[in-house]
Amino acid sequence: MNVCSLRIDDRALTVAAGTSLLLAARRAGIVIPSLCHLDGLTPVGACRLCLVEVDTAGPLAACVTAAAEGMRVRTDTPLLRDIRRSLVEMLFSEGNHTCAVCIADGDCELQTMALRVGMDHNRLPGRFPSRTVDLSHPLFGLDHNRCILCTRCVRVCDEVEGAHVWDVGWRGERCRIIAGLDQPWGAVDSCSHCGKCVEVCPTGALFHKGSCGGDHPSHPERLAALLRGRRRQEGPP
Amino acid sequence: MTDSPAPQRRITIDPLTRIEGHARITIDLDARGSVQRARLHVSEFRGFEAFCVGRPFTEMAAITARICGICPVSHLLTAAATGDRILAVTIPPAAERLRRLMNLAQILQSHALSFFHLSSPDLLLGWDSDPERRNLFGLIAADPELARAGIGLRQFGQELIAALGGRRIHPAWAVPGGVRSALNGEQRQGIRAGLPQAFASVELGLALFKRLLDERLREELAVFGDFASPFLALVDATGQWEHYGGSLGVAGCGGGIRVMASDGSLLADGLDGTAMETLLAEAVEPWSYLKFPYLRALGPEAGSYRVGPLARLNLCRRIGSPRADRELLELRQRGGRVVTASFLYHLARLIEMLACLEQIERLLDDPLITSTQLRAHAGVNAREGVAVNEAPRGTLFHHYRVDGDGLIEAVNLIIATGQNNAAMNRTITQIARHYLGRGQLSEGLLNRIEAGIRCFDPCLSCSTHAAGMMPLLVQLRGADGALLDEQRRD
Ligand code: SF4
Ligand code: SF4
Ligand code: FES
Repeated sequence: MNVCSLRIDDRALTVAAGTSLLLAARRAGIVIPSLCHLDGLTPVGACRLCLVEVDTAGPLAACVTAAAEGMRVRTDTPLLRDIRRSLVEMLFSEGNHTCAVCIADGDCELQTMALRVGMDHNRLPGRFPSRTVDLSHPLFGLDHNRCILCTRCVRVCDEVEGAHVWDVGWRGERCRIIAGLDQPWGAVDSCSHCGKCVEVCPTGALFHKGSCGGDHPSHPERLAALLRGRRRQEGPP
Repeated sequence: MTDSPAPQRRITIDPLTRIEGHARITIDLDARGSVQRARLHVSEFRGFEAFCVGRPFTEMAAITARICGICPVSHLLTAAATGDRILAVTIPPAAERLRRLMNLAQILQSHALSFFHLSSPDLLLGWDSDPERRNLFGLIAADPELARAGIGLRQFGQELIAALGGRRIHPAWAVPGGVRSALNGEQRQGIRAGLPQAFASVELGLALFKRLLDERLREELAVFGDFASPFLALVDATGQWEHYGGSLGVAGCGGGIRVMASDGSLLADGLDGTAMETLLAEAVEPWSYLKFPYLRALGPEAGSYRVGPLARLNLCRRIGSPRADRELLELRQRGGRVVTASFLYHLARLIEMLACLEQIERLLDDPLITSTQLRAHAGVNAREGVAVNEAPRGTLFHHYRVDGDGLIEAVNLIIATGQNNAAMNRTITQIARHYLGRGQLSEGLLNRIEAGIRCFDPCLSCSTHAAGMMPLLVQLRGADGALLDEQRRD
C-alpha cells in the first residue's frame, strides 16, 4: 500500500496515499467543518468551508486535496476562522433563510454550522432574492430560497440512485438546481420517488410535502449505511 | 360633540403601559377645551402578504404564529384548520379533541395574564395610586395570594400547551389534517393534579373582582366603554359557548358564527367561515395600520361590532358547565341579557377561565385524548379554505387561496384586536370625556385611558409585556401641532 506521512495541526500521522485531507484529519480525531461533503458521494469542493492552511500552498479545500508526503496542515487558524464565518454569512445573505419559519429549524446543517463558526449575527446585508418553491412533485417539494447549492442532491441522484434528475443550471446569482433540464420536478419521468435527495439535503430546501415546522426528517447519515449494505450485497470483487 | 369645530389642542399618550404593544393615543379637544374624540393609533405594520404568497400552505401555521407572536397557538390552530379545508378532510375525532384542549389552555393562560398581571394592579390599587407600585411587583406586595394565583394559572395553561406541543416556543403541533401527537397518561395525570389549585385561583380572582364591582368600580362600569353595538362570536350547534370552529362547514356539524345586536335580536346565525366575505367588510383609516372590520349590511358606523370574552358570553344560550353557568347567570343579572359595559370584559374573562377549566377537566377524562389516530393525509383538494376559531381576544378568521400545488396565492386574516378597534376608540373617547376636566392631564386620567383599552386586551405587538412601569410620554399640542406641554414618566 502506498502511504504518506504528514502533520495535521500537531498530530503526526500516516495514511494511504490519495486520502483526502478531510478524511485524514478525521482519522486524527480532528473534525474539519464541511457542508457539501457527504460520505459516499464524490467530493466536489463546492462550499469551501473545509479550507485548511497547507504550508506549501495557500488555503485549500480539504475534501478535494489529497494528503501528500511531508505535508504540514493547519485546520484552525484565525485566518481560517474568519474565512469560514464569512462563507456562512454569505450563504445566509445569498438566499432567504428565515429559520424561524423553516421546516428544518433545529435540524439544519447550515444552522448548526452558523453556530459552530460563531456567527452571532450577519455582518453582510441580505440580498432577499425572489425565488420560487416547486411543489409539483407528488411527494416532495423544493424551496429554492433555502438551497445553498451544495449539489448533494445532484450527486446522490446521479451516483447512487442512478436517475440523474438534478443538474446545476444557470450561472452567477441565477444559479440554481434544476430538475430534468429545467422542468417542474413533478414532470420529470426519470424520478423514481426514492427520496434520497430529500434525505441528504443539509437544509430545508428539499422536504417531504406536508411537513410543517419542526418535522423535517432529514437523515444524511443513512446514505453511508445504504452504501455499506449495497457493497455487502455485491460481495467481494 | 362630533360637530364641534376643528380640534384645538391634542394630548398624546405614548407609549401605552402594560399593553402588549406600542401604540399612541391622541385626544382631540374642541375650541372650548372639551374632548371631541380620542384615538388609538396603531403604527405597527405586519406585512403578512409578503411573507405568505408563494409559500406552501402547510407553512402558514409557522408563519402566522411567528408574525402574531402574542397568541401563536390561536394562529397555529386556525392555520391548521384552514389547511384541513384545503385538504378537504375531516380530521380524526381525537385530533379535534386535542386541538380543543390546546385552545382552552391558550385562552386560560392568556386571560390569566390579562386579568392578574396586567389589569389587577390597577383594579386593586386604584387609578390614582403611586405609578411605581401599580404593576405586578406592587401587586405581589399588596396581595401576594392574588399574584401567586395569576402566576400559577398561567403556568398551568402553559404547561398544558407544552405537554401537547412540546417545549419549543412555536410548536407546529397542529397540522393540516390533524395533530402530531397526543397526551400520554403521565401528562394527563400531571395536568389533572393541577386542576383543583387552578379552580381555586380563578375563584379567588372572581370573588375579588365582584367585590370591587360592588364596592368601588361602579363608575368604571358606566364610563369604560358602555355603549350599544353588535357582538360577534361562535356558538355551538345547540347555541352554547364555543371556542373552536374546526368542524364548521362540515355537513351535519351545526353551530357557527352568530351576530347579535345589543337589544338581543339576532343579526346573523349559523354561518360558517365561508360567509366571512359576505358578512364582513374592512374599513381603512389613514391614522391607523389596524383595519376596522364591520358588518357589511350595517355599514362602518352601526356595523362596528365587538368580539372576545364578553361577546362569547353574550351570544351563547349557556356555557354548558355548572360553575361557569352559575357565574354567567350572575353576570346577566349584573349587566343585562346582553352586557354592553366593556368593563365587564374582565368579568367575562374570569368566567371563561372557569369554563376552560371545566372543559379541560371533561376532555382529560375522554379516552380519545391518548389516541394515536391523529392525522388525515391528503393532497390539495380545494383551492380555497376559510377557518374560524375563538382566540382569547376574540374571533379569528384565516382565509387562504392556493394554486393546484398548494402554494399560497392570497391570504386574508381578520384578527380579534382589529374587530375591537372601533370599540376601543369609542371607549377611550368616553373615558376622556368623563375624566379630562378642563384639559387637565393627570396620572389618573392617563391610566384610566390605558385601562379602558386594556378591557379589550389588545395584541398590539409581538413584544413581551412589561412587568413594571413603562415610560410614558404625554404631549399637549395646539391646533397647529405645536407642543404646548409634555409629561413624561420613565
Ligand atoms: S427522489 Fe430519488 S430519483 Fe427523484 S430526484 Fe430525488 S434522488 Fe432523484
Ligand atoms: S437542494 Fe439541498 S441538496 Fe440540493 S443543492 Fe440545494 S441545498 Fe444542496
Ligand atoms: S466540504 Fe469541502 S468544499 Fe464543501
